[in-house]
Amino acid sequence: MIFKNAEIVQKDGVIRADITVEDGKIAAIGRAEKGDAIDCTGYTIFPGLIDMHVHLREPGFEKKEDILSGSRAAVRGGFTQVCCMPNTNPVIDNKVVVTYIKARASEVGLCKIHPIGAITKGQKGEELSAIGGMKAAGAVALSEDGKSVVNSKLMANAMLYASDFGLKCLCHCEDASLAEGGVVNEGYNATVAGLKGSLRAAEDILIARELCLAESLRLPVHICHVSTYSGVQLIREAKARGVEVTAETCPHYFTLTDDVIRTFDTNTKVNPPLREEKDRLAIMEGLKDGTLDCIVTDHAPHHEDDKRVEYDLAAFGISGLETSFALSYTQLVKGGVLTLPQLVEKMSANPARILGLEGGELRVGAPADLTIADLNKKWTIDPKEFVSKGKNTPFAGREVFGKVVYTVVDGMIRYSLARENKA
Amino acid sequence: MNRKDLLGLYDLTTEEIEEILRLGLYFKTALKRGEKEHPALKGRSVVLLFYENSTRTRTSFELAAKFSGASVVNISVATSSVQKGETLVDTGKTLDAMKNDFIIIRHPMGGAPKLLAETVKAHVVNGGDGINEHPTQALLDMLTLKEHFGRIEGLKVAILGDIRHSRVAKSNLYGLTKLGAEVRLFAPKTLMPERLEREGAILCSSREEAVRGADAVMGLRIQLERQKGGNFPSLGEYAKYYGLDEQILSYAKKSALVLHPGPVNRGVELTSAVIDGKQSRIEDQVLSGLSVRMAVLSLLAGEEKV
Repeated sequence: MIFKNAEIVQKDGVIRADITVEDGKIAAIGRAEKGDAIDCTGYTIFPGLIDMHVHLREPGFEKKEDILSGSRAAVRGGFTQVCCMPNTNPVIDNKVVVTYIKARASEVGLCKIHPIGAITKGQKGEELSAIGGMKAAGAVALSEDGKSVVNSKLMANAMLYASDFGLKCLCHCEDASLAEGGVVNEGYNATVAGLKGSLRAAEDILIARELCLAESLRLPVHICHVSTYSGVQLIREAKARGVEVTAETCPHYFTLTDDVIRTFDTNTKVNPPLREEKDRLAIMEGLKDGTLDCIVTDHAPHHEDDKRVEYDLAAFGISGLETSFALSYTQLVKGGVLTLPQLVEKMSANPARILGLEGGELRVGAPADLTIADLNKKWTIDPKEFVSKGKNTPFAGREVFGKVVYTVVDGMIRYSLARENKA
Repeated sequence: MNRKDLLGLYDLTTEEIEEILRLGLYFKTALKRGEKEHPALKGRSVVLLFYENSTRTRTSFELAAKFSGASVVNISVATSSVQKGETLVDTGKTLDAMKNDFIIIRHPMGGAPKLLAETVKAHVVNGGDGINEHPTQALLDMLTLKEHFGRIEGLKVAILGDIRHSRVAKSNLYGLTKLGAEVRLFAPKTLMPERLEREGAILCSSREEAVRGADAVMGLRIQLERQKGGNFPSLGEYAKYYGLDEQILSYAKKSALVLHPGPVNRGVELTSAVIDGKQSRIEDQVLSGLSVRMAVLSLLAGEEKV
């Protein structure tokens, strides 16, 4: 199959060419003469997007999402690979659950799904989970997800033991005793809304601890969903000292501020919370100067029942897979923060590099994982159109640029906008 | 007043607040004459939906509704059942289906009255939501001041105490500043929320600074039920460094009033000498409360213009 006449995004720039796919691999990039062709005139092709932080909710919370609906949302959002967090029921803390997810993922067969194992058994923070067994079954990283490992000695051991298996710890950074019941960022908007705030320090303290551990142990560490200006600075300084740290952020942290909580719209409730304008600007600066390596969604689908309640009682999280690329392209590329190749690097090559996944580049012989988008297409986010079960987004009604038109995984078209429009 | 609900003073215009106070003063004068029958809510029903304990506010709303001719139903929901029982949205739908005209809600979580108001056709009145707002409490304070001084504009009002957990302080700040008063706040740093200066408050660094030259001094109840320990070492130390006694009160104008939303922790936020002193308007506040609540109900009902 040939994808003809597209703008092709490569690391060093954009070229106009055709991509020929054979046996699930990229066979040629350049001028293709004959064969089945899909006309991609006006479209842009980049390496399949990779989201290294999603919640697929299966097993255990299928009312919110399952591997089928989550996979459909992923490919609709242009993602060819996703890594799913372990806060399922049962928790992903042993090879049986890893194997189950891998099996379900291949039955569904839409995108590649890589499980992330819990750092401790049952995410209880008491003893290490079955790290070796999970790695053997296909886990690609470890994360306590949604909380930090409170005991610093146990965390140090986790990083050491995980390194024996070539796994990194992806750290959710939150000092629970300081965050204590906070549902939004501590600040002016929390005061006026009368909602309990959580200080930046609740996030920063744990970022600092993980950086200290990585530095002392001379091991790599990855910081999840950075939301504070001060967290960005801690990571920047650690990188300058040579600490092997990588870090991610999410579209909501560089697009929104906590001004939006004032409506008590529970779709704005997310952990870490939306912060202030200086944080938003610092996140963009961190992306620009390379302090922040990648953009993830922290896709956290919830049922309406979990959101249509008092703000304090509502579940944390934003359904993000179907809006991530457009929000990022609109805010960062249209907004002049990143070039298109830089954005693609943060949504594809860098996550692949951090987790050692295949993918993230368009080269002959690589798996034909392609995301094809119409960058000029302006559209309005409407959660009713989401295929994810989670319609929880604070972006409803927002106009964005960049629509995914095809998602190709191992040479197979797994999502087609034209087909969706016909249906 | 052309709105369905009263959720907070943040959203009200100066004119709306003045309208409530005018009608409130009318009712207060009538109540002082012993007139307890006003037909504004005749044939209507009022539900008191309280997710938090309350004696004073609940009784005040209940009498306000009854004096206005409404039939009243009381519903108490244990706070613990908020998490496991029926959702607020479902409770609201049920009360709506029973054709209730008003729901007065008190709830431990900020924003709950707004969620209810968006769900039901009934008028919703916020009787206090978490650490967000308590609009009728602020209105009764304002009515007390307005009646005494004949105006709000230009008054200097000091609010002392647990500002962080006080919906009363916030509603007063919004209402008083809209009507042109100067609001000074003083609290232990652990009990002062962020950035209230952006809403026009003057943040003071001592009791004396807050109280100096004030026309009214308000002590806030220490909300022991709404905070875990660790905000101050002991009630004794709180009383000594942050409470209102006669010596601190002497910095205020001789004519200054003392207000407190009640119930008072005697000897903690106010000494007994201050509570029972001649500047205290704590009992007068209670009658003001009944009056403004009658005013709010009848204005929301679209009846009675003054």
